[in-house]
Amino acid sequence: MEQQTIIKVRDLSKKFGSFEAVKDVSFTVHKGDVFGFLGPNGAGKSTTIRCLLSLISPDNGTIELFGKSLHKNRSEILANIGSIIEKPDFYKYLSAQKNLEIFARISGANVSKKEILKMLDFVGLGNRAKHKVKGFSHGMKQRLGIAQTLLHQPELIILDEPTTGLDPQGIIEIRNLILRLKNEQNKTILLSSHQLSEIELIANRMVIINQGKSIVEGSVEELLNSEETIVRVEIDGIEPAMDLIRSKFNPKELTQTSSKEAEVLLSKSRVPDLTKELVLAGFTIHAIEPKRKLEDYFIKTIQS
Amino acid sequence: MLFKNTTNEFIKIVSKPRSYLGLGALTLLIGLIIFAMKADGESMVSFVTATFEQTLSFNGKLVNGNLIAFIILQMLVVHIPLLIALVTGDLISGEAAMGTIRMLASKPISRTQIVLSKFIAGAIYTLVITLWLGILSLVVSHLVFGAGDLMVLNSDGLVILPEADILWRFGLAFCVAYLSLLTVATLSICLSAFAENSIGPIVATMAIIIVFTIIGSLDVTVFDTIKPYLFTTHMASWRSFFEDPVPFDDILNSIVILLAHIVLLVGITLFKFNRKDITS
Repeated sequence: MEQQTIIKVRDLSKKFGSFEAVKDVSFTVHKGDVFGFLGPNGAGKSTTIRCLLSLISPDNGTIELFGKSLHKNRSEILANIGSIIEKPDFYKYLSAQKNLEIFARISGANVSKKEILKMLDFVGLGNRAKHKVKGFSHGMKQRLGIAQTLLHQPELIILDEPTTGLDPQGIIEIRNLILRLKNEQNKTILLSSHQLSEIELIANRMVIINQGKSIVEGSVEELLNSEETIVRVEIDGIEPAMDLIRSKFNPKELTQTSSKEAEVLLSKSRVPDLTKELVLAGFTIHAIEPKRKLEDYFIKTIQS
Repeated sequence: MLFKNTTNEFIKIVSKPRSYLGLGALTLLIGLIIFAMKADGESMVSFVTATFEQTLSFNGKLVNGNLIAFIILQMLVVHIPLLIALVTGDLISGEAAMGTIRMLASKPISRTQIVLSKFIAGAIYTLVITLWLGILSLVVSHLVFGAGDLMVLNSDGLVILPEADILWRFGLAFCVAYLSLLTVATLSICLSAFAENSIGPIVATMAIIIVFTIIGSLDVTVFDTIKPYLFTTHMASWRSFFEDPVPFDDILNSIVILLAHIVLLVGITLFKFNRKDITS
């Protein structure tokens, strides 16, 4: 069955003066995707996202959301999108509840006060509803931003760098929230982030853009060839251990990275055997862990 | 959606401390003027009437509520634009400075509606300031000084308006004063669409008013052709309601010019904001 297309961007271009921020960016997001939108600083991610939200007018190209042209159906489309762009900014002199009431009023849906309070509870700000936003930490504002994004029950959620500036606990909370939105509510999520490990953990599809152009697009699993994985081994007696690995597993890549560490490229199914062989040979093992591959893939792609 | 966002805009205005600065400053200034006139008003009026006392005799209470209200209006209408611009100059640029413009413009409300709702909220705020000025100057002055005939010194000479012939003049004068202040509010909102900070549009509005007022007061022929079209030339036209007879044609001309400014400034703001890339 053909998947329903939620976002279809074709040949998007935007210039600011003589600077070409985006040139011929194209990608497609399907219903239910958590779509990673990757690129180094200045690659054109934010400009593209702002074009999707009608904040910036593109010079060329087409944007279709929910199968309709954004240019011709702006209000109808935006009523079905929730977004955080870079960082959620609120009216600091108003309370969290008043801020949500303001955005709910123009969200295109009828959102009751009860639903607003319920949403504040959902993001863990129920007890701060009446507090002014000027006293909120960055993490609390981020959670309020998520509440604002979800208020009107949009089908598509666009999050531009939602974990920037958050502490590890905050990053985990946002990650779990995104996974809950995907799994429990079947939302489609476009996620731009510098945290490649985050994207690798939660995205099923992705596009990488660089210097304003889309370079690769596809399923995260296929692009990272998830049949194989790099395993970091930390062990006493690294050299004999490497000899053992070489003789038993004949890996494609095996590199010593420090006096106690090595990295080995193996098929995922052989990782338990690797652990078993090292234990049986009597090595003292400090760590055996898969290394995230997106970072390597990203750097290789950008450099190529 | 326009009504909903106008409600939002008004909530934002009433929630900002700076919005009460204008009302507070007006209350303080009017209190000071009333106090000063109560303490020394008679001698001040005697100084003005002294030149006419050889040909006229003045009977009754010259320092009355009507005269004080007129003096207050004359003194403050010049300064109120700053109090108005403090709030209205921040309406669009303040959102850009805070970053909330991104959230606002990515909602299913058209940019035209965003701008119009800000103009409507700005117009309501200006009306509140004008009404506050009217209530304080007329009501409090009458309570403190009582009623009486109004003596006005114009460029043509002294005009004395009977007590029964004054209230409608104040009513219409406040309407025209409101239109002048609305022009200032519209100018500052328009400048606000070009800026990303709050201070710029407020300072620029005052700078434009000062420059136009200076051009209007300079007796140089090169400016004669533009003077009739400057909105500052018509900001004092409320005063014409205290002439006898009232020059209705001149007042109508001023109203048309002020309205034309408002329409033009709203048009420029819509044009700019609808084409603006929101990159802040």
